[in-house]
Amino acid sequence: MTPQLTTLDRVQASLGRRRRKERLLRASGLLAILFAFAMLGALFLSLISTGHSAFVQTHATLEVYVDPDEIREDRLPRGGFDEVLVAALGRALDGVALDERSTRRRVGAILSNGAQFQLRDRVAADPSLIGQTITLTVPVSDPYDQLNKGAIDPDTPEANRRLDDDQIAMFTQLQAAGLISTPLNWGLLVNADSRFPELAGLKGALIGSAWALIVCFLISFPLGIGAAIYLEELAPRNRFSTLIEVNINNLAAVPSVVYGLLALSVFIGWFGLPRSAPLVGGMTLALMTMPTIIIATRAALKAVPASIREAALGLGASRQQVVFGHVLPLAMPGILTGTIIGLAQALGETAPLLLIGMNAFITSAPDGPLSSATALPTQIFIWADSPERGFASRTSAAILVLLGFLITMNAVAVFLRNKLERKW
Amino acid sequence: MLDSMAPAPDMRATAAPRAPKIDARGVNVHYGETQALHDVSIAIPDRSVTAFIGPSGCGKSTFLRCFNRMNDTIPSCRVSGGITLEGEDIFDPRIDPVQLRARVGMVFQKPNPFSKSIFDNVAYGPRIHGLAQGRDELADIVETALRKAALWDEVKDRLTAPGTGLSGGQQQRLCIARAIATRPEVLLMDEPCSALDPIATAQIEELIAELSSRFSIVIVTHSMQQAARVSHRTAFFHLGHMVELGDTDAVFTNPRDPRTEAYITGRIG
Ligand SMILES: Nc1ncnc2c1ncn2[C@@H]1O[C@H](COP(=O)(O)OP(=O)(O)O)[C@@H](O)[C@H]1O
Ligand SMILES: [Mg+2]
Repeated sequence: MTPQLTTLDRVQASLGRRRRKERLLRASGLLAILFAFAMLGALFLSLISTGHSAFVQTHATLEVYVDPDEIREDRLPRGGFDEVLVAALGRALDGVALDERSTRRRVGAILSNGAQFQLRDRVAADPSLIGQTITLTVPVSDPYDQLNKGAIDPDTPEANRRLDDDQIAMFTQLQAAGLISTPLNWGLLVNADSRFPELAGLKGALIGSAWALIVCFLISFPLGIGAAIYLEELAPRNRFSTLIEVNINNLAAVPSVVYGLLALSVFIGWFGLPRSAPLVGGMTLALMTMPTIIIATRAALKAVPASIREAALGLGASRQQVVFGHVLPLAMPGILTGTIIGLAQALGETAPLLLIGMNAFITSAPDGPLSSATALPTQIFIWADSPERGFASRTSAAILVLLGFLITMNAVAVFLRNKLERKW
Repeated sequence: MLDSMAPAPDMRATAAPRAPKIDARGVNVHYGETQALHDVSIAIPDRSVTAFIGPSGCGKSTFLRCFNRMNDTIPSCRVSGGITLEGEDIFDPRIDPVQLRARVGMVFQKPNPFSKSIFDNVAYGPRIHGLAQGRDELADIVETALRKAALWDEVKDRLTAPGTGLSGGQQQRLCIARAIATRPEVLLMDEPCSALDPIATAQIEELIAELSSRFSIVIVTHSMQQAARVSHRTAFFHLGHMVELGDTDAVFTNPRDPRTEAYITGRIG
């Protein structure tokens, strides 16, 4: 037997074992990925199953006689709009006598509390409607919305239901008359928060989050890039710069609630900035985003090959010309990717915003970075904490909206990375 | 393309010996604690090609980078000794390395064009130093530099194409054009052909011969044949010492130091 043959034999003998190990590695990797996907799938499934009903909203369409006895032009915008709506419902419902006050209240409760304001706004905008009959489509109140969406089962014993048999009968009558519809719930995006789930929307939170992110970007992007350029390109390598470096890496690992406490005592306590303002929220988020941007920028600057720096330096470019003319443009895709990921983290951040009061109950959208607002995650927090049934599905829907934004931002980051990244 | 009135390069160098372009005296270089160059002295004549040869890691690049103070950009690097350019001390605090690098151009081992257009690559130096009075003059400078680098005919129709899209040999000639566009007095080349194929290498060598009528050229090479082909004078480095310096013919045919002989006959390297 020649020596080569022995080697070959030995390799052959170990081959089976090596292949088995490789298969094992492959299988366990696949298993881990499947597990992760299953978890993600479960999350989305539960969110969609509870949240999907919030994307539509039950509405009632009524022929409303704008009664001049109840609504007088000289007293607008005040008037008996609720009485007018009750009367309209009464005409749609057979066999319901509206003589008693309690009956009128029960009938009126079919519609959302916001219905009378929709009517008021319409009449106030066009007082010539007084005395006419108009067609009005308004949201119904939460229990009837739940009933229509099947969340309230008429077969459960009456005592355990939020609606008694008479109320269900009234609603069924409206349904039979074809007055009930369930269109897409644009209110979820274009309404501000409300005490009534059927009226509550994310407008205030979306605008609040947008302001906070803008402030966060305007602060953290230039400061983060500046700090990274200094550390990477200009700072002398000594103990001091090493200390700064270690600290920045530590800052990225500080729990976010700590930043909230810091912001509470510094921005609100010392600087006297208003509570609940997106400006303060953005500043707080900037503190957290900055280390992420610094680290991403430094990595991107480091990845620019030395040969480019040498080429420019060798031609007599100054350090500043090298950095701004060559290194920074080449590093920009990496910097932008890091920034978007940092901003996506900031968008989902909740704890520091709770501490600076961005979880206040505010029924109008903010009109600037200084007015009180909520943000998407804090709005989810508020809704999750609300007892009304309608808020449960709205919470899930709001989480889906937030996830939609996060996924979009991360997709943009991935796209930028693939599209703009240069290979050397 | 040679200036027809100018005499051949080595005739000049030998016919009228003049003050050296670069004069280095007792140069020591340390990287942190380790010494990379020991007491090196050399005079680089004007309008000639000087080659640095020696085994890898012997300090050729380190020495070359002293002449345009590129070693300043390496934090751990300390240079001592004296180097003069046209009699001026280049380490004088009044000398700005930016200004020095406009006078002493450099071509690197790996072609490193900017990811800009071919035109902008060549125009970069003249632009940052404000050498052109207007668009036309800049275009002239770029064309002249590309012609001198023997690249004009290949790229004149695609000056706006990215410089990184050229072939390796073209990229290196682009880098040479970029370096000579600032009209330096000295051109430093650190193994300019090591990443190129033989045809591109031959083109660059031809170019070096032509350019030596205008510039003083210092070229680092690991190829002794290349040193023999292109250079007038050769310095042999070994373990951080300059072991031998002389006319190229003499160094290759009649080395004085046994280490040089060992290297050129292939026993160390
Ligand atoms: N940036 C650096 N930091 C530390 N040591 C270096 C650096 N550059 C080169 N050296 C060392 O200096 C010596 C000479 O290197 P170099 O000049 O690049 O050699 P050559 O160009 O002749 O191959 C080598 O021992 C190398 O390890
Ligand atoms: Mg070298």
